[in-house]
Amino acid sequence: MDDLGFIVGSYAVTLVAVGLFAWSVVRRSRRLAEQVPPEDRPWT
Amino acid sequence: MTASTATTGRPDRVTGTPFTRALGIVTLVGVLWLSWFGLFVTPADVNQGESVRIMYAHVPGAWLAYLAFVVTGISSAAYLWRRTRSLTWDRIAGASAEIGVLFMGISLVTGSLWGRLTWGTFWTWDARLTTTAFLFVTYVGYLAVRNLGGSHHQRARRSAVLALLAVLEIPLVHFSVELWNSLHQEASVAGNTDVTMDGLMLFTLFLGVIVFTLMYVWLLLHRQRALALQDLVDDTGLDLAIAARRAEVG
Amino acid sequence: MRSGTLAVARAIARRDLLVEWRSRVVTNQVIPFAVLVMVMFAFALDSDAVLERVAPGLVWLATIFSVLFLTARSFAVETADGALDAMRSAGVNPVAIFLGKSVAVAVQLLVLDVALVVAAVVLYRADVSLGGGVLLVTTILVATTGLASVATLYGGLAAGTKGRETLLPLLLLPVVAPVLIGATRATESAFGTNGIAVSEGWPWLGLLAVFAVLFSVVGAVAFGPLVDE
Repeated sequence: MDDLGFIVGSYAVTLVAVGLFAWSVVRRSRRLAEQVPPEDRPWT
Repeated sequence: MTASTATTGRPDRVTGTPFTRALGIVTLVGVLWLSWFGLFVTPADVNQGESVRIMYAHVPGAWLAYLAFVVTGISSAAYLWRRTRSLTWDRIAGASAEIGVLFMGISLVTGSLWGRLTWGTFWTWDARLTTTAFLFVTYVGYLAVRNLGGSHHQRARRSAVLALLAVLEIPLVHFSVELWNSLHQEASVAGNTDVTMDGLMLFTLFLGVIVFTLMYVWLLLHRQRALALQDLVDDTGLDLAIAARRAEVG
Repeated sequence: MRSGTLAVARAIARRDLLVEWRSRVVTNQVIPFAVLVMVMFAFALDSDAVLERVAPGLVWLATIFSVLFLTARSFAVETADGALDAMRSAGVNPVAIFLGKSVAVAVQLLVLDVALVVAAVVLYRADVSLGGGVLLVTTILVATTGLASVATLYGGLAAGTKGRETLLPLLLLPVVAPVLIGATRATESAFGTNGIAVSEGWPWLGLLAVFAVLFSVVGAVAFGPLVDE
């Protein structure tokens, strides 16, 4: 079962990369949101 | 706004809305479902064996990257067209390109892992693969140009023109690589697509495409909001600086 | 209007070439650099047979590396004293600026390519027949036009920005891949590398011509919005 590492690895790469990106986006926007009054937030 | 302030923790830092929150939960459930089906429930392929499981992560990822770049192209055109000119289009283009680069990077990695198992090599100079690599580098350059600074509209115009140039460039690169490649070998990749794909496998693949598309929408909305906030903060920072300067002079 | 644009373009091209002629940077630095690259390839590849086989590709690789320097220089002249901004605010048509600078870069590239082909003949034992010579000259002319247009377009974008030295290669190298492929194949036919016939090289000129026309036209349109402040 040499393939196992490759198969699990490909799922892991996908999920970890997307997870890290999503986390960084949310963290960044939370930090920015502190500097903007709620009524100015463009999506509301 | 009322709904989002009412929920969770500190309202001053909330960047989600009820819609994105629900979307996020659905996506998470979908990812778990996809991983379960992809890794355990679906059967092994007759030819490829267990390695076919990589397909459920790789194909949707590549699909998503292409979708993201198409969205970047369309929103760039929408920005340049005078009647629909708005920085929102520019931010959608930028957010989408960033997500596209992320997923293109991921699919290059998962693709070469899959290739190693099925073709015995990490990479072949097939036109589709080579064009994909060029797309990746081209949009890395696009993101670099977005970060050059200048006014918002300057950034938007520059990057929109660049995105449309990329739309022109890609078919040309693809075509020339195809010509170049036809000298060396026939494309070995496209041949062995599974004609006899099992129903459950097909379903899982579709599930993957849907789950990844939901993921894309969630990421796009959140990234777009972050970019909008950044622009707002830049603007207010500028306003404050001008006000301070005026106060100094006055 | 049209003749005015062309006259301004000619003036810009003449000015750029005059600046280069006086400074001698192309003849004293860029061409020696390109030839040096060819010599380094010889060290790295270390075999006459291999060198003869890859000579056409090395000529065009050296050309493309040198384009980066030529373009950077061409715009350093503009941004150093704000000449580009001055021209734009004086109402000079960006199409004229683009055409003028492209022509100047193309002329310098032609000189460079002649030097590189001579280097390939001397160092790599490349062999050019009469029919091959016609193909080679046409290839150099068409490929140079395409390279100069696309380099001027992206060079204008990168000019005056932070990190332009690294931004320009990142933007330019993926775009010029078709030129590298097309020009290398055509030059292989012209040199008769691996016994490829001269007639097999001509179809590649189609690709080079499409590239040259496309990026000249698109470049003229897109240059203004890209460099506008």
